Amino acid sequence: MKALLFIIIFVAIAVACWQFVKLLGLTKVEDQTATERENNINGWLMLALMAFIYGLMIYSMYGAKDMLLPQLSASAEGYHIDILFKISMTLILVVQFILQFLIYYFTFKYRGVKGRKAYFFADSHKLEIIWTVIPTIVLAGLIIYGLWTWNQVMDSSDAENPLIVELYAKQFQWEARYSGADNELGNASVRMIEGTNTMGVDMSDKNASDDIPLMVGEGKFVKELHLPKGRKVIFKLRSQDVLHSAYMPHFRAQMNCVPGMVTEMAFTPTVTTAEMRLNDDTKAKFEHINKIRTEKGEEAVEFDYLLLCNKICGSSHYNMQLKIVVDEEADFNKWIAGQKTFAQLNN
Amino acid sequence: MSDHHHKETFVTKYVFSQDHKMIAKQYLITGIVMGVIGVFMSMLFRLQLAYPEQSFSIIEAFLGRSGEGGVMTPDMYLSLVTIHGTIMVFFVLTAGLSGTFSNLLIPLQIGARDMASGFLNMISYWLFFLSSVVMVLSLFVETGPASAGWTIYPPLSALPQAIAGSGLGMTLWLVSMAIFIASSLLGALNYIVTVLNLRTLGMKMTRLPLTIWAFFVTAIIGVVSFPVLLSAALLLIFDRSFGTSFYLSDIFISGEVLHYKGGSPILFEHLFWFLGHPEVYIVLLPALGITSEIIATNSRKPIFGYRAMVMSIIAIAFLSTIVWGHHMFVTGMNPFLGSVFTFTTLLIAIPSAVKGFNYITTLWKGNLQLNPAMLFSIGLVSTFITGGLTGLILGDSALDINVHDTYFVVAHFHLVMGISAIFGMFAGVYHWFPKLYGRMMNKDLGYLHFWITAIAAYGVFFPMHFVGLAGLPRRYYNNTAFPIFDDLMEINVVMTVFAIIGGLAQIIFLANFFFSISKGKKAPQNPWRSNTLEWTTPVEHMHGNWPGEIPAVHRWAYDYSKTDENGELWGGQDFTPQVLPIRDGEEEF
Repeated sequence: MKALLFIIIFVAIAVACWQFVKLLGLTKVEDQTATERENNINGWLMLALMAFIYGLMIYSMYGAKDMLLPQLSASAEGYHIDILFKISMTLILVVQFILQFLIYYFTFKYRGVKGRKAYFFADSHKLEIIWTVIPTIVLAGLIIYGLWTWNQVMDSSDAENPLIVELYAKQFQWEARYSGADNELGNASVRMIEGTNTMGVDMSDKNASDDIPLMVGEGKFVKELHLPKGRKVIFKLRSQDVLHSAYMPHFRAQMNCVPGMVTEMAFTPTVTTAEMRLNDDTKAKFEHINKIRTEKGEEAVEFDYLLLCNKICGSSHYNMQLKIVVDEEADFNKWIAGQKTFAQLNN
Repeated sequence: MSDHHHKETFVTKYVFSQDHKMIAKQYLITGIVMGVIGVFMSMLFRLQLAYPEQSFSIIEAFLGRSGEGGVMTPDMYLSLVTIHGTIMVFFVLTAGLSGTFSNLLIPLQIGARDMASGFLNMISYWLFFLSSVVMVLSLFVETGPASAGWTIYPPLSALPQAIAGSGLGMTLWLVSMAIFIASSLLGALNYIVTVLNLRTLGMKMTRLPLTIWAFFVTAIIGVVSFPVLLSAALLLIFDRSFGTSFYLSDIFISGEVLHYKGGSPILFEHLFWFLGHPEVYIVLLPALGITSEIIATNSRKPIFGYRAMVMSIIAIAFLSTIVWGHHMFVTGMNPFLGSVFTFTTLLIAIPSAVKGFNYITTLWKGNLQLNPAMLFSIGLVSTFITGGLTGLILGDSALDINVHDTYFVVAHFHLVMGISAIFGMFAGVYHWFPKLYGRMMNKDLGYLHFWITAIAAYGVFFPMHFVGLAGLPRRYYNNTAFPIFDDLMEINVVMTVFAIIGGLAQIIFLANFFFSISKGKKAPQNPWRSNTLEWTTPVEHMHGNWPGEIPAVHRWAYDYSKTDENGELWGGQDFTPQVLPIRDGEEEF
């Protein structure tokens, strides 16, 4: 019933709008296209809109400064992506500033005046060739550089001694498995999920016994995933139920987890968690965050790398996360030595 | 033509009408009703995003059990974004925009008595109506409406165990879309046949107004790509109801392994986006066509580079069918395919840039009549550029990795296709209202509507880019689960405030629209002093459009402010309708 009340209010506003304008409009002489006065007012307002858009752009960029991800990419591959991103973004901003100016300035400058003749200008091959060829050249550059970057990021075939890690996605948590001493993951399938073997690993596979799982039972979550700095990590991604996406924004890395197949992504972490906490951007961002949290009476937090789910996967999609810790290689080796392999777990 | 003059009953005139003008009105009103639902949903979930834990009686009032205590459930949030997307993309911007204006303008602007098949046209509308009814009904089922996102990727959309909305709600969604696709195919075939066969004497293809070119090409890409979505939907129905495994394989859910084996969700993604990407242009091209017409008319200048405009419409349409993979860079698709799709995708920037530059040049040295239709058209050019430019980021596979499925994407496509297309639709309504209803809309309300809407549109979607660059994924019920997003709350509130202002501003439009139908000032014959054929028909609608012979056409549609050799305007007026013969000494453009 309350819904009806809201609808009645909306309708009442609509009726009021109409009545109000009818009162104002009684004495007006109608020119059907637009009167000189209307052109004048709206021409100026268009300039104001341009100012609003520029203002909004500057405000957003300035206001977002502390909000964005740290400029420093935490992976070697992300470094290439960031350069391409900066080039593209600069280009976009320059073109945006110029074109918006032209649109609104022309609208203002050529706002209608009675009796003025518009300039009959229907075609110019020269102009059209110019603005076909210039974008083509610029885009050719962007495409070539983009494809080069894409290959840098996606091709992990030449990696020396990479660390192989499986990420296993399920509604609504992550599990993981390190490939252990032989650096090969044992086979797995959802058909083998049973009891404590929540990832469905084939225990009879010889590669499986030295795998190191990060998995937990019902209602508990894996706490953190450790990665070594300076060593290429190849992630093998699997999903148990629906599509998920492993998104690690600080590493500029993302790949979907698809039920029925194994997908892959790879990067080399270059900044440890401890180093990233000392980064200026990170410090500024977390100062800001902790100020907000204190105001709300929540405890302060420290920076951590994150793995987020970035493909809609159900009700708790918004809270499917895993903390990532990047260690110096020695620390990482120490940590992983302390974890149990399947062989140790099953004994 | 004798069959055009038989006796009309109320039912044949207003309900099962075969007259294209009436069908256009039916499409428009249905589209507006669906639009109200879609926009209202977005206001509700914007409230949730800005004030996640607060209670709102409006949420409880409209969402009932799913909004108990004034806070919506996560499932309801996902349903709202899903249905908002579906309704806005298909029901408002495809059927409401293209359906309305293709039906109204194709016969009127090419000089035809009606569509090639009035009967098919009628069926097309009623199928659309039926699909709207089914979609709206799906909002009321016990387990909630579809909630797997408007892209309905399986397995989420296939398994009721995965999310409640994938039960009956999803079934109704699929049924509704199947009917919708049938409707849109019938419509599109009709448009194509009509444009090819029923042009009046002298209306060569090269003299067609750009509106018609846009509708024509849109219809072609619709015919090419919509059937693929239909097959995708059918296969999904099979997987859901008959146990096939087209999209499903190796799934363990709710404590058991399902029998599905050998399917791939990626197949669905390919099929979906083979429609899904052209769909962007199915939405956008008609808006660009409408804008071309309105900008030329109100600049009192020919559209700059008519041939280039036609070529770029065709180029965009062609390219749009070979770029779908850019939605799938991080799905596990072969990286080499990613390279190919990056290449084809970035190519689209070229014809788009040509269109942008041509619009701007058309404004240059014009005598701009800034009525509401013109303001919305210029607004479209502005949002099309703002939103289109970030396509350079998203279309580039390497850059897409880190912004894929974040709010950056949401900002991009809302500006470039959502806002732009809806601006085109508003422009079209303001411009052709006199042709639809024989009356004028109130201009002051039109101005007010534009100014609030334009500011709100930028206010919502510009800051949203930066939320995406901060790494916030889309389709998150709230962002309080991650401390690193705590600092986005402030900007979320800003966007929500603009969204609500923008949403409420549409009441101004609705008031103006519905009151003007009966209370507006009577329209003159040719209110915008326009060249095209539709303004030669009587203001009062009649079956068959022209009382006597259909006029012949002697020139293109853009002879505005054409001067003779002495630099005087031809005939002392700044427009030369298409029906006027070429004068002595005049060169046809």
